[in-house]
Amino acid sequence: MTTIPFSRKKRKRTPEERARLWRETRRAWLYIAPAGVVMLIISFFPQIFQLWMAFTDYRIKNLRFNLFDPSTWEKYAPPFVGFDNFVKIITSSLALENYNFARLLTFNVVWTVANVFFHVVIGVAIAMALNEKFLIGRRLYRALFVLPWAIPGLITAVVWHNMYDDRFGAVNQLLAVLNQHIGTHFPTDIKWLIDATPPIGGPLSFLPLAFYAVLIANIWLGWPFMSVVATGALQSIPSELYEAAAIDGANGWQKFWKVTVPLIRPAMVPAIMLGTIWTFNNFNVIYFISGGGPFGRTEILVTQAFKLVYEQRLYGVGAAFSIVVFFILLFITLLQNRLTRATEAYNA
Amino acid sequence: MPEKLKWKDIFKQILLQIFLLAVTATVMFPILWVFSIALDPRNIDKPLELELIPPGASFAAFHRVLFEPYKLLCKNPTDLSTCMTFPLLLKNSLYVSLGTALFTVILGASAAYAFSRFKFIGREAGMIGFVAMLMLPATGTIAPLYVLLSQIKLPGTGEALRTTLLGLMIAYTAGALPFSIWNLKGYFDTVPKELEEAALIDGATPTQTFLRIVLPLSLPALAVTVLLGFMSGWTEFVLAWLLLENPSRFTLPMALRSMQGQFSTPWSDFFALAIVMSIPPVLLFFALQRYIVSGLTVGGVKG
Repeated sequence: MTTIPFSRKKRKRTPEERARLWRETRRAWLYIAPAGVVMLIISFFPQIFQLWMAFTDYRIKNLRFNLFDPSTWEKYAPPFVGFDNFVKIITSSLALENYNFARLLTFNVVWTVANVFFHVVIGVAIAMALNEKFLIGRRLYRALFVLPWAIPGLITAVVWHNMYDDRFGAVNQLLAVLNQHIGTHFPTDIKWLIDATPPIGGPLSFLPLAFYAVLIANIWLGWPFMSVVATGALQSIPSELYEAAAIDGANGWQKFWKVTVPLIRPAMVPAIMLGTIWTFNNFNVIYFISGGGPFGRTEILVTQAFKLVYEQRLYGVGAAFSIVVFFILLFITLLQNRLTRATEAYNA
Repeated sequence: MPEKLKWKDIFKQILLQIFLLAVTATVMFPILWVFSIALDPRNIDKPLELELIPPGASFAAFHRVLFEPYKLLCKNPTDLSTCMTFPLLLKNSLYVSLGTALFTVILGASAAYAFSRFKFIGREAGMIGFVAMLMLPATGTIAPLYVLLSQIKLPGTGEALRTTLLGLMIAYTAGALPFSIWNLKGYFDTVPKELEEAALIDGATPTQTFLRIVLPLSLPALAVTVLLGFMSGWTEFVLAWLLLENPSRFTLPMALRSMQGQFSTPWSDFFALAIVMSIPPVLLFFALQRYIVSGLTVGGVKG
């Protein structure tokens, strides 16, 4: 997506060139066809159907509507409502408890930015530590640090949900152990996922304690991926560059900003974009850890859409939600693309 | 001078070790907690204090999970012999995950090769179409997918594709393809074109150069694709719940999910099965680790 060049030369092609282009086109689509057919059936067609659903008042009775069976068309086709669903979503006039689009979107963006920031910073820091020469136990650390990524996501989400339990959870129990052994006085009955009073006031008072709890869990889950990408990039930096920088009198900090950062940038930028998309739509972590609570304050757009479909049975509105998410993500990706191009150091 | 340098290195090593051990502690804490609960004999009640090895620790939960029938997954709830067992669940899961991995790597590599090497009509639109699927949530697509897969009948048995493991495999493949194509294309772009040109001059066909030159040089990216395909088949359960009907086709994550009761969950059993289920992907990660670092290009190398 970021890599597609849009430089087409406007000039007439010779007949041979045209024949060649057609030949290549036919061959290329033959290669793409198997993947294309699978995507057509499983992804593209349902997405187009979803797009149509977004403009209708699709409810549970309309599930009997079957595109392949004309006898159901008249009886079960959902009424067309134009942009009604979208208007309702954006003006927060859905008949839903604790629903506020502006808050939902703000939370979703803050959630994404905070996560990606920590994933990248921690991931790069650990990758650099593991890349140090003469490090003892490098292989063991590398093997251990891949665990959060390798364990199935459903399992980690359920585990973290239980770790935050106020009585049985490992987090409060760990605080109790710390109190006992090093004499601290942490409260040990914290209702991590339920307490609605924000721990930080002022501009951050829309973030309940559950936000920080889920953030910690998702940082635990997410940094190994960034670390692996950063490791690949770090290993491709020739050590001569650091030696040259040292001869020029650069200190560690300067080496990091002038050599490391520009050289791992080409690998990190697409990983960050991908991380942004994944985190923005990270259904599992939110749904299985906080469940969107307390009072819908940690709900993100996809968990809200899921609840609209599976709890409220408002299929049309749920579909419209997905379209809204798509356009927001498209906007964010294009914006990121712009920002990275504008700040590009050099062209490799 | 050398003496001073050495002290500096030792100091650095100690700092690094402290940092990395702290990271190890945070990584291992939830994992060790899961182990301690799986060993706990209390099952439904959870322990109130943190202990690595709980009093009365035993492998009873592992034994139950591996050898006893799953009473919630039966064709006929009154007859235990119709219930699913661990070997059957494992067989279904392996079938779906390995099938997904295989489909993803074959279809993904073939499509990525076209996007990487050919100049053709619809190249940009096609690539954007695939990648856009990463951004479109599939929440609302399950209803149409259900209808569509019900329409496709398998030749022979006349069963709907929806209720079969093959249908599930195809659905997971579609989910894994956008990222795989993106990642593979990024990797293929780094394979020098000159190698293929030389082979073409020697009379090889484009298909031959793809199979004999590009693929063998792209092992790391192929390994990553296999890994991610396997993972999506191994862990998914939402779609599986919605599409499958016959308990004899249920997979491991569905069994895990079914243990989470509305009122009580047998936690020792749940975590024992979670540990057992984590073993194959973890082993696969370890086995493929040296490929993962170089195989994850995420399309970043060049255009």
